[in-house]
Amino acid sequence: MVTLSSLPLLANAGGSAVSAAASSIKLSLAWVDYLVLGVYFAFVIGIGWMLKKHLKTSSDFFESGRSLPAWVCALGFIGANLGAQEVMGMAASGAKYGIATSHFYWIGAIPAMVFVGIFMMPFYYGSKARSVPEYLKLRFDEKTRGLNAVSFALMTVFSSGISMHALASLLSAILGWNYDLGILISGLVVLVYIYTGGLTSAIYNEVLQFFLIVLGFLPLVLLGLKDIGGWDGLMKNLGLYSQAQNMPGAWSQSWSHLGSASANPMGIEWFGLIMGLGFVLSFGYWCTDFLVIQRAMAAKDMNSARLTPIIAAIPKMVFPALVILPGMIAIALMQRHTGDLALPPAADGSPDYNMVVPTLLAKYFPHGMLGIGLTALMASFMSGMAGNVTAFNTVFTYDIYQSYINKKASDEHLVKVGKITTVVGLLVSALAAYTAREFNNIMDMLQLVFGFVNAPLFAVFLLGMFWRRSTGHGAFWGLLSGTFTAVIFNGLTLPVGSATGIKGGWIAVEYVFKSSMAQSFWMAIFAFAGCFIGTLVISLATKPNRTHDELRGLVYSLTEKPKSEARSWYARPAVLGSLVLGVTLVLNILFW
Amino acid sequence: MQLDVRLPMGWLFLSLGLILLGYGLIPNESMYAAHSLGQNVNLLWGAIFAAFGGVTLLIARGKKN
Repeated sequence: MVTLSSLPLLANAGGSAVSAAASSIKLSLAWVDYLVLGVYFAFVIGIGWMLKKHLKTSSDFFESGRSLPAWVCALGFIGANLGAQEVMGMAASGAKYGIATSHFYWIGAIPAMVFVGIFMMPFYYGSKARSVPEYLKLRFDEKTRGLNAVSFALMTVFSSGISMHALASLLSAILGWNYDLGILISGLVVLVYIYTGGLTSAIYNEVLQFFLIVLGFLPLVLLGLKDIGGWDGLMKNLGLYSQAQNMPGAWSQSWSHLGSASANPMGIEWFGLIMGLGFVLSFGYWCTDFLVIQRAMAAKDMNSARLTPIIAAIPKMVFPALVILPGMIAIALMQRHTGDLALPPAADGSPDYNMVVPTLLAKYFPHGMLGIGLTALMASFMSGMAGNVTAFNTVFTYDIYQSYINKKASDEHLVKVGKITTVVGLLVSALAAYTAREFNNIMDMLQLVFGFVNAPLFAVFLLGMFWRRSTGHGAFWGLLSGTFTAVIFNGLTLPVGSATGIKGGWIAVEYVFKSSMAQSFWMAIFAFAGCFIGTLVISLATKPNRTHDELRGLVYSLTEKPKSEARSWYARPAVLGSLVLGVTLVLNILFW
Repeated sequence: MQLDVRLPMGWLFLSLGLILLGYGLIPNESMYAAHSLGQNVNLLWGAIFAAFGGVTLLIARGKKN
């Protein structure tokens, strides 16, 4: 659905698309760049065709037959999240907020990925549920599943549309390609490889995309670092820049400036950051979003499923070097005042941070590597689209079509429905993309609604998995009360400098946040609390709707703890997870 | 048995690496001076891509055998 950072980066993605239209960056491609793009597209589509003969059942199409090794699922897990929001949005945040952006990884994603692998995957995988909404049905009841399935399906298909729009706008702005052509090519390529190869094809392509993005963007970082005078040159110029912003050191230290919201460019203090981003939003995304969970559920056995997010956390730990550092380098180059780099202006005249990656590509990559860089960028957009579409076709087919429209559908029929849903999902995505092009406020509104629905989710899963007394009525009304809390919170607060309306304050402006990011984090905290309290109170007031036997395998206290049979230490989820957390702690200290 | 993902991955990176290597062999100092701090990144990164692709294919072949 959306990336780990949820609201801020989604906003970046939409913003990049729009601002790119006014960009002054123009790239011209040579034959070798087109050749690189063509070869990549041929492989992407070829994978789908080669997997076609292996697709026989609905489980093959929607769940990869639960047959993939942990490392493939792990790279799919991280690849599905490695959309344009991550690549372009994180570079933009790196420029805007400096190294503090690494909090999205080091207190956000990594602990949540380890938690889902060790504690939650046994319930998802062990329950034999085919989707996250189906787990909610088994654990709670039909109405809770229905609520989650419908909202998730809508959000995924619109998120896919946002990626499609962002890609077409970017290609139109920097290459002068026709917008319609961008929509058509990206939509058709994703359609062909999912239609022919199902989830396996999507995951295999995510593995390819992962390596392409890593190897494609690494030289960008290395050349940028060399240009600015290495790490010392980067720190020196960031120091000068942060002094000029009256926040000395804030771009090169991640924790030292979180004592108060006015001491750092993110406009947030440590508590809001840890609770809002580190706990509610990150755990809510990595532990409950079917887009990523689906990759782990495709694993060949329980141990592999548990290892999937933990293995994925290993490259994720060092991803800031790949996606945040380019933004910091861009700011340092601009600070050097030698005409090295100029970001194009945004609509308000300030530098358009969303254009960091295209600007650096234009600066450092000659023809040949430029083709690789653009291919990696397109791969990131398409992996975001494909992740959403595969999650959408599975949830629609299993949780909406089979549950409410045709309960007796044969397995063969479900595969057909899944394929048709893939086509429809991409058509709706294209429609959403064109809508976003005409009325950008509609996409802002949708992103706001996504935030209202997503923020409280983790509370229900937490109570459902770890408190056996929680009931179906409690979960359903708890979710609604969390969403209601988020809506009210938005109506009463506003980020500084924003007009009342979509940004908030439409009831009354009771509190003004230093930044929209701070508002998002605190909204998540309130929504989580509203959902948690709502679920707790209503569960205690209603009768349990599941017996202990029915809850076995779904609730922590009634489920036998999984024991890893693996002989090697690195194949044991708890050991590997602890190691990952230890290294993450060291990274936090190193860049304190 | 399903397709081993290392096969398409290996062939993709080997192909892209060879394309970059081939293009890098064409002398074009002014292009590299203008873009990549004077370094022939096509040659260097082409070699890295090709090596990565080749090793991936070897691993896939070893697994098959």
